[in-house]
Amino acid sequence: MKNPRYSKARRIKNILVDIFTNPFNIMVALATVTLAYLIIVPLIEMITTTFTVSQSDIRRIPGAETGDFTWFYWQRLFFSQLSQSFLYVPLRNSLIIGFSVSAIGILLGSFFAWLIVRTDIPGKKILSVMAIVPYMLPSWCKSLAWLTVFKNERVGGSAGFLSSIGVTTPDWLAYGPVAIILVLSLHYYAYSYLLVSAALRSVNSELEEMGEIIGAGKVRILREITFPLVLPAVLSSFILTFSKSIGTFGVPAFLGMKTNFYTLSTMLYASIKQRNTNIGFAMSLVLILFATITVYFNQRAIGSRKSYATIGGKGSRSTLVALGGAKYPILISLIVFIGFAVIMPLLILLFQTFMLKTGDYSLSNFTSHYWIGSPDPMIFENEPGVFKNPLFWQSVRNTLRLVFVTAILATLCGQLLGYIASRGRGTFFGRLIEQMTFVPYLIPSIAFGAIYLSMFSAPHWFVPSLYGTFALLVLVSVVKHLPFSSRAGVSNMLQIGVELEEAATVEGASFPMRLRTIVFPLSKAGFMSGFMLIFISIMKELDLIILIITPKLGTLPYMAYSYANGNFPQFSNVIAVIMFAIVLLVYLIAIKISDADLSSGMGG
Amino acid sequence: MGRIELRGINKFFGKNHVLRDLDLTIDDGEFMTLLGPSGCGKTTTLRVVAGLEKPQSGTIRVDGKEVVNAAEYYFAPPSKRNLNLVFQSYALWPHMTVFKNVAFGLTVKKLPSSEVKRRVAQALERMQIASFSERYPSELSGGQQQRVAIARAIVSEPKLLLLDEPLSNLDAKLRIDMRSELKRLHQELGTTVIYVTHDQVEALTMSTKIAIFFDGRLAQVAPPMEVYNNPADLRVADFIGNPRINLIPGRAKRDGDTVRVRSDLGALTFQVKNFIDMNWTDEEFDCTLGIRPEQIAIAQTEPSAYLTAGKVYSSMPAGSETLIQIQAGTSNLLAKEIGISPYETEQTIYLNIDPRKINLFDTVSKKLIKKSVNK
Repeated sequence: MKNPRYSKARRIKNILVDIFTNPFNIMVALATVTLAYLIIVPLIEMITTTFTVSQSDIRRIPGAETGDFTWFYWQRLFFSQLSQSFLYVPLRNSLIIGFSVSAIGILLGSFFAWLIVRTDIPGKKILSVMAIVPYMLPSWCKSLAWLTVFKNERVGGSAGFLSSIGVTTPDWLAYGPVAIILVLSLHYYAYSYLLVSAALRSVNSELEEMGEIIGAGKVRILREITFPLVLPAVLSSFILTFSKSIGTFGVPAFLGMKTNFYTLSTMLYASIKQRNTNIGFAMSLVLILFATITVYFNQRAIGSRKSYATIGGKGSRSTLVALGGAKYPILISLIVFIGFAVIMPLLILLFQTFMLKTGDYSLSNFTSHYWIGSPDPMIFENEPGVFKNPLFWQSVRNTLRLVFVTAILATLCGQLLGYIASRGRGTFFGRLIEQMTFVPYLIPSIAFGAIYLSMFSAPHWFVPSLYGTFALLVLVSVVKHLPFSSRAGVSNMLQIGVELEEAATVEGASFPMRLRTIVFPLSKAGFMSGFMLIFISIMKELDLIILIITPKLGTLPYMAYSYANGNFPQFSNVIAVIMFAIVLLVYLIAIKISDADLSSGMGG
Repeated sequence: MGRIELRGINKFFGKNHVLRDLDLTIDDGEFMTLLGPSGCGKTTTLRVVAGLEKPQSGTIRVDGKEVVNAAEYYFAPPSKRNLNLVFQSYALWPHMTVFKNVAFGLTVKKLPSSEVKRRVAQALERMQIASFSERYPSELSGGQQQRVAIARAIVSEPKLLLLDEPLSNLDAKLRIDMRSELKRLHQELGTTVIYVTHDQVEALTMSTKIAIFFDGRLAQVAPPMEVYNNPADLRVADFIGNPRINLIPGRAKRDGDTVRVRSDLGALTFQVKNFIDMNWTDEEFDCTLGIRPEQIAIAQTEPSAYLTAGKVYSSMPAGSETLIQIQAGTSNLLAKEIGISPYETEQTIYLNIDPRKINLFDTVSKKLIKKSVNK
């Protein structure tokens, strides 16, 4: 060797010391193990479950014993007489819904984003708040509002507003695919709106002005300059919308199940509820497969183009596109749209909470019973007004506890994982962690809840049985939201220059000290927006926890869902309105005290 | 105090070989500038010295004490190397006041607060920013931020001060002020300084020695005027000096104690004793003449003796100096005269160059073969 003092023993010692005393390595190791246990193990268990004979099916499979390997469930799902109604029809429905919702949502959202960010339309401030209000009302609440208006006599119960004034709504409008697609589109366009408007804001308008100087028309500039620049954001919002809408449960449950219109997610729910867990998991895997394919093609389509947004990111100057004569017609149609999509569902829900009997619009029918009434044997089986109902207060407590604990934990984990992923960019573990945190994104909420239910309802490895505990709700919510929180964490940490940390290293600050004195203080704003995003999301969460929750732990969405399911629409509406109020309030406070940006962390 | 020795340093980023067998010794009290085009490895060298990057091979010693031994995977942490660093971006912590930024390193070392206050005040005083101590970095101008960054680096009285392109974010006027201030600071503190820049004027004006990098390799390590007068090879010659050196192709042949060179500048005769040791043959070989613009003397009327005649291609007076682009044969030459000289385009002029000051390079090996001599 060149160096005579070289000692292999010292080299090995130094390498080991370096690996084991470096807090960053320890953090990476902990994160890798934890994520593997909470994300990869459940996924593997889910897959093995679909190949394992469960006790309840012993009689159906001749000669099999519990725990044997079997193709039975997959065969049953794909190649049996039931396959049509179990898989193919629901899958077709899910895909139709997924693609239609994505198409409508992206068109609407991008158009709004362009209007609000890039044109001289008046009243931007209020419009931009109104545009994301739909995101704050759970999507299934909107389906309640839809039913309030369009419900007809087909499914029993009292008729909707239109039927009561003599307009008979056809079935195809009241229930099924059209209703589901419209309701979901009016919900998910908020994603495209948030992502595309963030991208548009970072586009330097000089790029567009250059087009103008060359002599391109407005439409041409929009098509050939602006659109390609925001294409990555559009594609991101496509994955987000598509995977959300094929996995969503609430809306197709309310608007489809009663008329036997099933999507894969409602079919999945039904299977798991009927204890056909193995089939249910197999369905989940089909859903995951489709979500994965979409993401894969999207990544390929975006590819190197991802960098566009940052190239334009330097431009702070932004001249607005003059809409000219079209300004007011567009504004008016926008207001009309917001009126229908945003204000109306809310007003309908609110209005109905004051109606003693639904469908009766006479003045004497108005009451505050559902808010503050004492129990009355004449009205809905003695059910007291929401504010007089101890169950409601318990649900409020549960919800707030869950939301705060989860949002704080998820955001904290997200920031730490974001730190690892951003500082470890390009290293094996950095990539591994970034990819692992992305997996829950692909798993539909319902299926995710189902795996956790089966995994943790009995002691699993070193984890005790968690069924019926608050801890399980927190765990499932935190893990399911990791894709968002860690993405917010990554974008937050990337903004903190590595040099700021290196400067502290040079001064002799240890790793924990650097985190405490440099990284955390600088990530406060990002922390807030990550927190907001997760807060709102968990506040509305139904799909994820519907299978896990026990009445003692009931949250507001669960209570509203139970009321709606039991045909107590006024009660469920009261709760929906209260939930909306809480979310809106928190959002307004958050944008007041910090410039929390909902879109950070959304980008797929 | 503050002698740095780098031996056999190799650094890879993935497959990218950034530093190649780097050997460099920096003596105590030296102002060593690492100079080179972007991507040549100079900042990486600085970061390796600072302990922010781990080289794949090589050793580094500070005052004889080993701080890096890559073969044994030994890398002393930056804080154990008694150095400090000024980043190109300044890397001031935006959430701390100027005082806290400067005091941070001292509080990490758990110095008593009265001592911290005294030393911070002293450092701020020295950098003339005492009145900004309660401000946040965002409330300061670029030049003031720069001063804070330097104050933060010198407050711990390091033996070695590392500066990574510290002036590149300042405007031209401020840069010249800071240059003289940094030079002064170095003389007052007496610490060893390693200074990274791609600006050759900074390197030439401030350093006691310059290390020139190309593609991760050292091309030359020498005092600034030596680098200017006798660049080790054609690349260094081309890189150093503004306006650039004139490089004219020629053919050289030894003739006894002299070497005769034919080129567009006519025939020149050099003394063999001024050549660097080389294997002489009787063959004529390709050479390149290196002539600094200020070495060209121009006469407007035909003198009794001159090297060659040329034509003015264009004349560019800039007040303090005039640059003249000259066409001589097929070659273009740039000449520089102090003051304002009126030349007309296409005017015939007569050139004289002192052959002793000319550099000669071997065109094939690109190495310097004849040094410039003053006498």
